[in-house]
Amino acid sequence: MSEPVPVVLLIEDEPQMRRFLRAALSTHPYALVEAETAREGLAQAAGRTPDVILLDLGLPDGDGIDLTRRIREWSTVPIIVLSARGWERDKVAVLDAGADDYLTKPFGVGELLARLRVALRHTAQGASGAGEPVFTVGGLRVDFEHRRVFIDDREVHLTPTEYKLLAVLIRHAGKVLTHRQLLKEVWGPNAVEHTHYLRVYMTQLRHKLETEATRPRYLVTEPGVGYRLQAE
Amino acid sequence: MTERRPDPEALLEQVREEERRARRGRLKIFFGASPGVGKTYAMLEEARAKRREGVDVVVGVVETHGRAETAALLEGLETLPRRAIEYRGITLHEFDLDAALARRPTLILVDELAHSNAPGSRHARRFQDVEELLAAGINVYTTLNVQHLESLNDVVAQITGIQVHETVPDSIMDQADELEVADLSAEDLLERLKEGKVYVPEQAARAIERFFRKGNLIALRELALRRAAERVDAQMRGYMREHGIRETWPAGERILVCIGPNPVSGRLVRAGKRMATSLKCDWTVLYVEAPGQRISASDREALVQSLQLAEELGAQTVTLSGLNAADEVLAYARSHNITKIVVGKPTHPRWRDKLFGSTLDQLVRGSGDVDVYVITGDVEGESARRRPPAGRASPAGEYWRAAFAVALATLVGFPVFRFLSLTDVAMVFLLGVAFVASRYGRRPTIFASFLSIALFDFFFVPPRFTFAVSDVGYILTFAVMLAIALLISALTLRIRAQADAARERERHTAALYAMTRELAGCRAQREVIAVVERHWTETFRTSVELLLPDQEGRLRAQASGGQRALGDKELSVAEWAYRHAKPAGAGTDTLPAAAAFYLPLLTSARSIGVMSLKGDVRRFEEAAQRRLLEAFAGQTALALERAQLSEQTERTKIEIEAERLRTSLLSSLSHDLRTPLGSITGAATTLLEDAAISPDVRRELMETVLGEARRMNRLIGNLLDMVRLETGALQAQKEWQPLEEPVAGALMRLADVLKDRRVDVQLPSDLPLVPVDAVLMEQVFVNLLENAAKHTPAGTPIDLSAVARNGEVLVEVADRGPGIPAGEEERVFAKFYRLPMSEAAGGVGLGLAICRGIITAHGGRMWVEHRPGGGAAFRFTLPIGSGPPEPVPVEDEVAQSHE
Repeated sequence: MSEPVPVVLLIEDEPQMRRFLRAALSTHPYALVEAETAREGLAQAAGRTPDVILLDLGLPDGDGIDLTRRIREWSTVPIIVLSARGWERDKVAVLDAGADDYLTKPFGVGELLARLRVALRHTAQGASGAGEPVFTVGGLRVDFEHRRVFIDDREVHLTPTEYKLLAVLIRHAGKVLTHRQLLKEVWGPNAVEHTHYLRVYMTQLRHKLETEATRPRYLVTEPGVGYRLQAE
Repeated sequence: MTERRPDPEALLEQVREEERRARRGRLKIFFGASPGVGKTYAMLEEARAKRREGVDVVVGVVETHGRAETAALLEGLETLPRRAIEYRGITLHEFDLDAALARRPTLILVDELAHSNAPGSRHARRFQDVEELLAAGINVYTTLNVQHLESLNDVVAQITGIQVHETVPDSIMDQADELEVADLSAEDLLERLKEGKVYVPEQAARAIERFFRKGNLIALRELALRRAAERVDAQMRGYMREHGIRETWPAGERILVCIGPNPVSGRLVRAGKRMATSLKCDWTVLYVEAPGQRISASDREALVQSLQLAEELGAQTVTLSGLNAADEVLAYARSHNITKIVVGKPTHPRWRDKLFGSTLDQLVRGSGDVDVYVITGDVEGESARRRPPAGRASPAGEYWRAAFAVALATLVGFPVFRFLSLTDVAMVFLLGVAFVASRYGRRPTIFASFLSIALFDFFFVPPRFTFAVSDVGYILTFAVMLAIALLISALTLRIRAQADAARERERHTAALYAMTRELAGCRAQREVIAVVERHWTETFRTSVELLLPDQEGRLRAQASGGQRALGDKELSVAEWAYRHAKPAGAGTDTLPAAAAFYLPLLTSARSIGVMSLKGDVRRFEEAAQRRLLEAFAGQTALALERAQLSEQTERTKIEIEAERLRTSLLSSLSHDLRTPLGSITGAATTLLEDAAISPDVRRELMETVLGEARRMNRLIGNLLDMVRLETGALQAQKEWQPLEEPVAGALMRLADVLKDRRVDVQLPSDLPLVPVDAVLMEQVFVNLLENAAKHTPAGTPIDLSAVARNGEVLVEVADRGPGIPAGEEERVFAKFYRLPMSEAAGGVGLGLAICRGIITAHGGRMWVEHRPGGGAAFRFTLPIGSGPPEPVPVEDEVAQSHE
């Protein structure tokens, strides 16, 4: 028997946007539920228990950050926020409030589907418990059991912190992680202000893993927000 | 009478006059020959009639003088309470001008136009109050007796024997909108007097008796009627002028009235006015001042008053300086085409004429074809004689010096006496006296003369060493010596006085010129203020303050140190002067109790400010000082106006520039936003409507749509960034990061634009972290790379490199295209600047401006150079100082973990 189709809850007030998303998702195995306002969205989130929520930050009757927090009070459902460029601080705020990822308008269908995939995968992984012993994406292979990292079958030697950083990124592969989240997970809660630590280590990591640092295949910088490890 | 086109100038003046009148209140004067003819009664009757018609009538001040019938008419009319003024222990009740202005009725009754207000009132005279009411748009009814008219004042005095001192300028009557004559025959008036219906102040009973003689009353009545008729005549002429009806103007007469510093002048001026009116011509009043002439204070006062009277009556006043009055008068008359000269009859004794020459005689003989009218002087009042110039009082030192000179002469006399004759000794003494006369004042000279005579007599005239004279002929010698001494003294004093006067005039002119010259170089208002302050203080030697209106129109004192608000009392006086464009304050008729003299600064259009002068302001009543004041005021006003206009021009220029920018922006925006939209719409409609497109074409069209949409996105991003830059909302959130991250971001965002070309990135691996805003820096690279792609042929590579050097990182983005035209290296960074060839490629020309703005916000510099080998190399610096605060702990690599 086929699995139940993942339910995507779209909370978006712009009709054109909804039309586009409807059309984009129509050929993919997703069930789309639409809400136009924050209140409606909240109701639907509670009533329909969606598998992933697409939340527009510019809702007329509600603050996206607030809504995220409220949903997080009783649910771990992945939330992907839709926002415009130039609102990095809002994006960071909503990510720190519990959202999982974001899309910058205007975005393409490809990006949207990629994010949805990532979000649902993490839910599935989370549900199933443990992670995979080996992580592979493109030419990158990380053996968690033996703590070894390979790029195109060539071994790469990382410092403990670099390794830890990479592990965190892999754990959330495909999702964006804010500077704050990374610092907290790698260096601990007291280091959340030392962004340049993160930068330096990311640079080092990038130089070790990427063939061309300015055209990264795996470690993507989300300017003003954080970093993301490409999951595919 | 032939119809002719009305003279445009005169018509314009008439239109202006009508406009002025339209805004002004209307004045109706109830005019009468004497008290008791029923002016107040007529006024009240009409006021009541108006009230019945529904007009808002208020009684400002009406004197009933206890007459019951008049008081009865007051019933039912709203009356303004009088203002109580304390003056020398008495409480006087005056018309309350401020209450009237506040109440703002349509019509107000103000009795007795000629009344003088008690000290403490705003104006000295009631007709000034009425002026203010009219200026405020309130209609006024008032009453006036014929003897109060300025120009008729002396005539009435002649008729009645009573001199009335409260006079009203004729201009008030001439400008009145309506004149109603309350006429009563002499018999009827006397009848009323007998019945006790006429106001008679107790104290003046006898004078009144003299006044109310039948002959007087008849004469007064005629005078009043004749004056009223003159007014009607003027109205008729105005009507004729309006309608272009040509009238026979008499051949242009011009009258010149010559006055001197004596009370007779007043009479002369009035006579001149009457003559000018009847001949309908211009008239001038001339005073010739002898340099160094000493005039008593009362005479000077009379002169000033006569000149003021002349101005009030509408003459042009001229003051000339010259030794010979007749010559000056004739010269002026000739140069100004005077046709009639009016002078007063001489009042000094005949022998003075025989001795010094008669001014009148000279005048008459030299007048040529100019008529000379000689008018009787008044019996009352003294006539001033021209006293010879006395010069200043001589200090004691001069007497000693004079004595010394004479002593010297005496000493010289001895050898002369030995070898030459007595006459030669006399010559020596004469020389001594002449010397004293040429250097010192009159009294020392007289002293020297007598001393010389005494010494001459004592030492040289036989019998020697006595004061006796053997030959009476020597008396003549003494007399001649004295006379010569006096003559030389008078001459030199006169010359010195003239020189002094000339120097004074030159000083005035130089002061005015100096200020004007400095003002000519001033552009900004505060420069003008500084210059003005300095020169006024220097020239007039009082403390001055320039008062200018601020944004709300309230006057504030402007000093080079800053502004200052005025006290309430000062402010009210200053504002009065400002609004009414007339001087006020100390030394004037209006608000004389003020602390300073306020002179409005007038330009042709309006009052631009007020100058306040503190200190001894009585000096300014002197004609020469007044003229200088006015000249200074005029220049100051001009300079201020010029400064204001220049600032306005600057603002206008800026606005025009901003307007130009806006227009240019709008037009280019419109084009640049529409162009991609055009492609998108075209592609989309084709996709919709044409079903038979091949999949390849379909794909191509859709790629177009996507590409153009992305381009528009970047464009809009640029516009938004520009707005943020301009409004200061661009905040760079700087964080230490590696440069490769923003570069990577830019390369990814421009993936489709850069797909046909190579971008070589050279970033040293040990490049330090730079403190930048990630999003903004990415935008800088996006703009630079996009520019490079747009301006270079497809396929040519773009080089991006960075290097660290002394405290900063230098980044370069270079292309191999045509480069920037020589001379445009700075202009490319200007907003909305596009190279001609790039117009096809789109974009509004903001990219580089935004880059530079962002780099500047990071503390760096951006510029463009020519790349050796061709192309443009854009460079910018980012300061890094000493690096991030906390050093990052270094770790060793670990191949395997032990955990």
